[in-house]
Amino acid sequence: MALQSLDIIRRSATTLPEPEIRVGTGDQVVAKLIDTTKCIGCKACQVACMEWNDLRDDIGTNVGQYQNPHDLTASSWTLMRFAEVENTKGDLEWLIRKDGCMHCQDPGCLKACPSPGAIVQYANGIVDFHEENCIGCGYCITGCPFNVPRISKKDNKAYKCTLCSDRVSVGLEPACIKSCPTGALVFGTKDDMKLHAAERVEDLKSRGFENAGLYDPPGVSGTHVMYVLHHADQPELYSGLPKDPHISPMVRLWKGFTKPLGLAAMALTAVVGFFHFIRVGPNETDAGDEAAADEMARSEKAP
Amino acid sequence: MSEMATGHSTGESGHGSPHRLDTIVRYTANDRTNHWLTAIAFVLAAVSGLALFHPALFGLSSLFGGGPWTRILHPFIGLFMVLAFTFLAVRFWSHNFMQPRDWQWLRQIDDVVVNREDRLPEVGKYNAGQKLLFWVLVLCLLGLFFTGFVIWRAYFAFYFPIDVVRIAAILHALCAFVLVSSIIVHVYAAIWVKGSVHAMTRGTVTPGWAWKHHRAWYREMIHAANSRSRPD
Repeated sequence: MALQSLDIIRRSATTLPEPEIRVGTGDQVVAKLIDTTKCIGCKACQVACMEWNDLRDDIGTNVGQYQNPHDLTASSWTLMRFAEVENTKGDLEWLIRKDGCMHCQDPGCLKACPSPGAIVQYANGIVDFHEENCIGCGYCITGCPFNVPRISKKDNKAYKCTLCSDRVSVGLEPACIKSCPTGALVFGTKDDMKLHAAERVEDLKSRGFENAGLYDPPGVSGTHVMYVLHHADQPELYSGLPKDPHISPMVRLWKGFTKPLGLAAMALTAVVGFFHFIRVGPNETDAGDEAAADEMARSEKAP
Repeated sequence: MSEMATGHSTGESGHGSPHRLDTIVRYTANDRTNHWLTAIAFVLAAVSGLALFHPALFGLSSLFGGGPWTRILHPFIGLFMVLAFTFLAVRFWSHNFMQPRDWQWLRQIDDVVVNREDRLPEVGKYNAGQKLLFWVLVLCLLGLFFTGFVIWRAYFAFYFPIDVVRIAAILHALCAFVLVSSIIVHVYAAIWVKGSVHAMTRGTVTPGWAWKHHRAWYREMIHAANSRSRPD
C-alpha cells in the first residue's frame, strides 16, 4: 500500500491508462515460489503473516484436522491447506499447500471491481487492494478464479494477501518467506523463480515424481505466486487448486464490451427521442379532437 | 369497470349537454402517488446502479454519499422500487393484456411515430406500446429482484455458488439496461404525447385527449357515465 503511484500499471474501474513515464525502465517482475514438495505444514508463514500485517483472527474450533483456520478470512491472508490423498499405489500422500492470493498477471478481481483505484497492479506484478477506496460490493470475489478475497464482517471491506507490497517496495522479501524453515518459500524475480523451479522439478523427476512441474497458469497470463507440485498434472489434488484457472467468461462479458455498448445504447435511446421531437414534434390534442369527443359522447348516449 | 366509474368525474357542463364530460379521471390520487413513488425509487436505483455499471459514471456515487453508501443504499432502494411497482402492477395488470387490435397497432408503428393516429385501430386504456412496456417492466423488475439478492454480498451472496453469482451479476446488469432504456422511451412518450404528464400529475385528461389516443377507453367512460346518470 506504500508504493508510489508511478509504479502502478493498472487500476480498477479506470478507463484511461496509468502514468507511463516509467514503463520500460527495467522494472523487475517478482514472484513467490511455493515448493509444496518441501513444505512440512508448520504454519510459520501463517504466523509471520499475521505478525507483519498485525492481523489477529478469531480463535476457531478444532474439527480434528491440522488446517487452522478452516478457510481464508479477512484476517487470515494465507493458510496451509492439508489434503490427504491416496495415490495409485495405495499409499497416503499428505499434500500441503500454502493458499492465498496468486497475484495473477490478469487479475479477475481488478477486472470486476467497480471502484476506481480500489484494486491496483504494480509494475512488479503485485496485485494490491487499497481498502480506502473499497466500497465492499464483493465483485472482487465474483471475479477471482481462486476464491481468495474475503469481505470483513467488521468494516465490509475486502482483504487478501498483499505479497507484502510494503516490504517488497523497500527491498525486503515477504514476511512468510522470512519465516519458512525448510526453504519451501522463496522470493525473487519471476525469471529467477522459474529457473529455481526448473531445478526443483528436475530433481523431483529424478526421484520418481515424473509429473512434477511448475504451476504458473497461462489462463490468467501467469501468476506472481507459483507452486512446485509433485503432481502438476493433477493440481486439484492440492485442496482444489484449479487446473486451468481463467477469468470466467461471464465476468468477461459482464465487465467487457457490454458495458460501453449498453451505455451507448441508453444514450442513443435518449438522443433518438430528442430528434424525434425535433423532426416530428409533439402529438397534441386540438379543438377538433374535443369536438369529435363531444360528438361521440352525444351519439353514444343510450336511447 | 366499477373502478373506472368511481375514478370518473362527470363534470357536466351546463344543462344543455348533460353527456359532455369536462374532464375524465385517468389516475386517482392513489395511482399517482404509487406511480411517483415508483418513479422516484427508480431514478435513485438507476443513478446509484449506473455508478457501479461503468467507471465513467462512478462519480454519480457522490450523490449518495460516496461509494460505500451507494453500495449500501442501492439494494434497499431497489427493494422499495419493486414493492411500489408491485402495487402499480396489480392495479394496472388487467388493462395490459394484448388484444388483436393492439397487434395491428404495432404493425402500423410507422404511423404511430409520425402522429398519424387517425389511421390506427382504436386503443383501449393503454396502447400496444404501453402494454409491451408494462410487461417488459414486470420482467425486468422480477429479474432485478431475484438476481439482486444473489449478488447482495452483505447478506445473501454467500448462500449461492460462485457461478450462480457470476450469472446473476450479468443478468442484473442486463435487466437494468433494458429497464433504463425502456424508461427513457416511457419518459419521452410522455413528453411527446401532450396531456400525458398532466394525466399522471393532476390525474385528469380532456375528452379530446381520450378520444384521440384511447378511443375504446373513452367509449367505456361514456357508457359508464351514462349508466350512472341513468336511474335504473
